[in-house]
Amino acid sequence: MAAIALSDRPPHTVGRAVRDLVDGARAYHIWGRLGWQDVRQRYRRSLLGPFWITISAAAMIGGIGLVYSRLLRQQTDEYIPFLTVGLLGWFFIAALINDACTAFVGAEQLIKQVKLPLTVHVWRVIWRNLIILAHNVLILVPVFLYYHWAVDASAALSILGVLLIALNGFLLGIALGLVCARFRDVPPIVANLVQLAFFVTPVMFQTRALGNQTWIAQVNPFFHFLELVRAPLLGSELPVGSWIYALAATLVCGLITIGLFIRYRSRIAYWV
Amino acid sequence: MAYIRAERLSVEFPIWNPSRRSLKNAVLRATTGGRLARESATRVVIQALCDLSFEFSRGDRIGLVGHNGSGKTTLLRVLTGIYEPVRGRLDVTGRVSSLLDLSLGMDHEATGYENIVLRGVLMGLPPSAIEKRVDEIAEFSELGDYLSMPIRTYSSGMLLRLAFAVSTTIAPEILLLDEWLSVGDADFREKAERRLVEMIESSAIVVLASHDVSLIRRFCSRTLKLEHGRIISEEPVAS
Repeated sequence: MAAIALSDRPPHTVGRAVRDLVDGARAYHIWGRLGWQDVRQRYRRSLLGPFWITISAAAMIGGIGLVYSRLLRQQTDEYIPFLTVGLLGWFFIAALINDACTAFVGAEQLIKQVKLPLTVHVWRVIWRNLIILAHNVLILVPVFLYYHWAVDASAALSILGVLLIALNGFLLGIALGLVCARFRDVPPIVANLVQLAFFVTPVMFQTRALGNQTWIAQVNPFFHFLELVRAPLLGSELPVGSWIYALAATLVCGLITIGLFIRYRSRIAYWV
Repeated sequence: MAYIRAERLSVEFPIWNPSRRSLKNAVLRATTGGRLARESATRVVIQALCDLSFEFSRGDRIGLVGHNGSGKTTLLRVLTGIYEPVRGRLDVTGRVSSLLDLSLGMDHEATGYENIVLRGVLMGLPPSAIEKRVDEIAEFSELGDYLSMPIRTYSSGMLLRLAFAVSTTIAPEILLLDEWLSVGDADFREKAERRLVEMIESSAIVVLASHDVSLIRRFCSRTLKLEHGRIISEEPVAS
């Protein structure tokens, strides 16, 4: 039994935004399917299917690892695991941000034809990227084995890190998705910023290479989110500072997103 | 209890040319006072629906008539819950099914069976309910072994058969139709029509947008005539 009661008065807009969030999260049988479909569609009719994701990430890591370990005069047995974990985390974060821009615009057909909670389209993006991440994580196995890198139980903390990143991806997917539906030149701006962020974030180089200029990393949100995933896998101590930073950022991001969503949710169908 | 009530409902679409969609211009507009007034004076808004008030209750068969662009499809989308009214109120009680776009959400690389499930969940059915209906849908579509093939191998007629079979598998309380659906070859068309008529008869409220006068006369009890987004007449259909 579905009931729609729509009016333009404020209490309704809050209630409907909350209901969209709840119903959207519960409709996992919809976004789960759509997310899988996205991944499979990209590699349908190819022999290896989604494992092309794994292979292309491995090729990139191999290439960068080979050159940059020399360039930066790093020992490969420390540098390659560091680079691998960092790049996998980075791929995940960058894809979440870039896909956030098209969360609603990309689902135009669905939004205009069927009544679904709008957050379904955002969860679809998150789920799609989690599937891709799961394929990429396989690369860690040969890398860690080859370099005799031991992983202990605390590595499970990086799963928590992944989940926090995914949550932020969801919040950003709503906020950026909404802004990008209205202003169509935001996506290229975002893509450029993400590209730039890759070079200033310690992914290819270690933080200690910054010498006494580590503030460059400390003010960078990407660094902290990345650290949540990277530090536990590399056996470093728990990055308490990064966790505090990331949780605070999530809170701010959440408040802004909820504000935007309550205010502009009903406009999204008109904008896409 | 199926029920639809609209009170001074309005829908308008802002039209943005690329410069209005541009962030740079939005920033410039905010910083330069003079331009703001001038730009907003030339802002184009399409009044798609204007001050509509109506009430449909159980047993109503509404025919929406009007020229192209008079707001029929927009009204159906509003009733579906896609566009929320910019002004006014709308209450809809009852499970709505709108047959606006049959082939929506179909994945051409997936098999017929996979698409049945996909289309089903998009219509709001839980996967378990679809599983139960798969056989019935498969039988109705008469596609047989083709259902195990990717639907990109289908002809357009076969695609529509599948889409129709899935879309009409549940009888809604409120049925919204944008034009009559006619699919497939002669035999199938007859069967599809029977099914659609059954659906119309079992739904509590039907809203059918059409240009076909004989169709409206056959199925509807009341017509709403729209022109430029306003209701210009509302009258019973002489039977």
